Order: sequence, then structure tokens, then C-alpha cells
Amino acid sequence: MKYLILMQVDPAVLEQLTPEQGKAIGDGHAAFIAQTKESGEFIGTQALADPSQTKVVRSVAGTPQTSDGPFAEAKEYLGGFYLVDVEDEARALELARLIPDSTIDGLALEVRPVMFSDFGDL
Amino acid sequence: MTPVTTDGEDLLRDLAPQALARLVRSYGTGQFDVCEDAVQDALLAAHTQWPADPPSDSLAWLVSVARRRYVDRVRSDSRRRDREAREALLAEPLNGPVTGADARLSPADDSLLLLQLCCHPALPRPAQVALTLRAVAGLTTAQIANVHQLPEATVAQRITRAKRRLAELGGDLSRPRDAAERLSPVLDVLYAMLTEAHHTTSGTPARDTDLAAEAIHLARLLHRAMPDDPEVGGLLALMLLTESRGPARQTADGALVPLDEQDRTRWDRSLVREGIALVETTAPGAAPGPYLLQACIAALHAEAPDTGSTDWAEILALYDVLQIVTGRGNPTIALNRIVAEAQVHGAGTALDSLDRLEQVHPGLPRLDAVRAHLLERQGRETEAADAYRRAARATHNLAEQQYLLRRLRTLVRPST
Repeated sequence: MKYLILMQVDPAVLEQLTPEQGKAIGDGHAAFIAQTKESGEFIGTQALADPSQTKVVRSVAGTPQTSDGPFAEAKEYLGGFYLVDVEDEARALELARLIPDSTIDGLALEVRPVMFSDFGDL
Repeated sequence: MTPVTTDGEDLLRDLAPQALARLVRSYGTGQFDVCEDAVQDALLAAHTQWPADPPSDSLAWLVSVARRRYVDRVRSDSRRRDREAREALLAEPLNGPVTGADARLSPADDSLLLLQLCCHPALPRPAQVALTLRAVAGLTTAQIANVHQLPEATVAQRITRAKRRLAELGGDLSRPRDAAERLSPVLDVLYAMLTEAHHTTSGTPARDTDLAAEAIHLARLLHRAMPDDPEVGGLLALMLLTESRGPARQTADGALVPLDEQDRTRWDRSLVREGIALVETTAPGAAPGPYLLQACIAALHAEAPDTGSTDWAEILALYDVLQIVTGRGNPTIALNRIVAEAQVHGAGTALDSLDRLEQVHPGLPRLDAVRAHLLERQGRETEAADAYRRAARATHNLAEQQYLLRRLRTLVRPST
């Protein structure tokens, strides 16, 4: 079963982290990647740039329009994701708990099953 | 790496597990990882050397080259602490002919030994499947990655890790103690392969390597090794009968077609015949194990020209036995039993059973889909539509979702 673990981040929370906390998070992610690669459960991960860099393409009256940024009132943003292949949902949740974000108030991980995927010529 | 020929490729795929089994017997299952690497080396050598210089005894050639590579690998592996122990093992079997117990063992025994190793209960299911496809079915890492739609690196890690875990576990699995006891995980892994094959196909591009075909190939190997085991015969029959419905299981646009709506003329008749024949030779007098019982149920479906003429009473009776045999704990069996119950005792009785099942297993996959069908049969269209919506939201399978949404649409707008 493939699961996408979405990292919900709040820029305000990230800004208030001490340098030690920031380093611990970085190390934690590196360890998580190493561990899931070792177990053969890792498929891929992406970290996304700051929400301020986001552009939105949206249909207005049937025509695509491009604008800056997502909804300004949104507090949480998609910060990145892990794509894993695991035995069941319980294991996916177990992995999500290993991600350092799971121990920081204001951050969250969303675990969703993948229904279809095509990575082209892998 | 280009194949020698298609025939050569098939021959190597058949011989590789036998060669691996011989090495594992000689050096112990604790050396599984090194033995597997050595056999891979030997296969590579065969690819380059056989076209120009084909050996007279292919298996003997592979085994002797693999043994030499094994020795090379162990000698160069100075990091391992137990090097001396391995060195001591090297001397004896290297030059000797196939002796003692080995001489009496057939290729089928080799396959069984490897299957039992690869399906070791201490390995997680994805690792069991990957290792079995690699070491017994002889697929390359790239082919396995293709089967699972995973990156090659992920599969390679999984296999490496599984081999290391087997090496850590050590133990001597090469002397079978109780075949039946160790057989059960093997049967489960093979069946899981077939189930996975049927659940990952929706809307995806055609795959080079067919997981279902590999699972059946492996079940045939196992059946050849243990022709008298009723559960092995039952599993192979169940797989053949399930696979026979393949052509009728999906519409052109990838939506699932349930059993009662399938065009049975599109079932693969030769698979149906083979499956039924296998049930008929295996079932009489055999102890009713879970796979044989499911094969009997599949055979009853296969024998009926349509849902209406299906012997549902017999099927319901078989499900009752199946529930007893599996300790009543399997909710999927309970759900399938309810489908049969609806045919025999009506939708009302079945809906009551469904409510009781849901209390014990809330969130059971497919439960709302079955409920929706039963409600629809009773003419309770609003409730049925709600159940179809819930079922479509809950499924992780695209083909199933497409089917449920189609049912929902015909309910909501019946004017087609």
C-alpha cells in the first residue's frame, strides 16, 4: 500500500524554533529518510518552497487565470511530503510519528492512501 | 544485459532457484544472502558464455560456477566476524558431487525449500513477495519494481534487507521438519500476490511483467513438489478459477464488473476446466482447509452459467464450514458469506447479519458496497444511494470506485 504523508507546516511556528530545534528537525528528517530507505519503504520525498513563492492557476469563468499566493488567510501550508510503500495503514501512521514534525505543536502530518500512481519510466 | 534467447531466458529462470537451493543446502540458510549473490553472478556468466559455448548439463554448470563465486565472495569478505566458520564450510561441498540427501531431491523440492525461506514469517509481507519474485520466480529487480510500480531503488533495498534478515535468523530450514506448518505462510504469500495483482490494475498502463501469472507459475511449482497436499491443490485451483474471470472483470474504461454482472462467456474456459478438474481430484476425502473450501466455492460459481442458476445453498454451506475452519475471525469471509446468505434467505436476513458484522468490524472495506446492493434489491433507493456514496468514498481501489459511482448514477437518475 502506498501512502502519501503530507507535512502541514505553519510558517509562524517554524520561525519561532530555536536553532537547536531547527537542527534537530533537520537531523530527524535525515534519519527518517535513511531508516525508510533501509527498510525498503521509501519511494520519494519533496520539500516545498515557502508559501510566498506559490502561484495559483485557477479558472475564472472558464478561462485560466494566474495569481500570487494561496489564500492569504490560510495558516497552514503543505510544506512537503513523503511517499512510502508500507504493509498497512498502521505502519504508515507509525512512520508518520517518526517524522520530527509530529512532536512540534502547530505542525501536523496528514496520512492519505494513494489510489493510483504512475511515475512514467522508472 | 541482453537475453541469450527467449528459451535461454526461460531455462535460466527455471534453473536459478534450483542452483540457489543447492547452495543454500551446502552452506546453510544463514548464508542465503551470499548464495543469492553468487547465483546472480553465475547467471550473468551464463548469459555471456552459453551462446558461444553451451554446457551439456546446464544445472551442474550453474551450480559449480555459483559455488566458485560463493567461495570468492566469502574469501573477499574480510569484514565478517564469522569468516573462519565459513572457511571451514568451504572445503567440504565444493568439489564433491551432489551427495546424500541432495541426490534424492528433485527440482520441485528445491523450489519448496526456497519458497519456505523467502516466505519466512519473520519477514514483512512486501519483503516476502519481493524476495520470492527474485529468488524463486527469477525476476530481475527492475521487473519486480515494474510489477509493483515502485522505484527500482526501493525494491533493491527491500530485497537486500530481507536477505540480511534471513541471514540473521540463520537456522537450518533446509531439513524440513513439519512441511504443513511452514507451508501456510507460503500459501498466504502466493495468494496475496494474486490478490494484489487484481487490485493494482485499474487504469494503469499494461505491465511487462504480470504478477498474477508469476503467482500461478509459483503455485504450479509448489503443486508439482507436493501433489498430494489438499491445500496446495486447493490454492492452485482457487488461483486458476479466480484468474479465469480476468477478461470479464473490468470494462474497457477500467471499471470493475462484479461477479453477477460478468459476461461469463468471456471467462477463460481452459483455466476454468483445469481449476474444476483440480478441485474434483483434490477435494474427495480431503480435510477441508481454507484454500480448498474457497476453491470449491469458486468451482460452483464457475460451473453455473449465471447468478440465477448458481447453487447458492451449497455455497452458503461451504462458507459456514469455512468460517468454522478459520475460527470465525475473518471479516472478509463473513462478508462474502452474507452475499450468499442474501441469495438463499433474502436481502432482509442478510441486512441483519450485515448490521451485526459492522458492530464487530466497523469500517470494514466493501461492507457498505454489499449493504448498498441489498438495499437496492429491497427498493430502498435513498438508503442505497447513501451506502454507495459511503462505499465509493471509502475505497482505495480506482476500478471499484468507478463501479460504485456508476451504480450510484443509475440509482439517482434511473432514466437511461
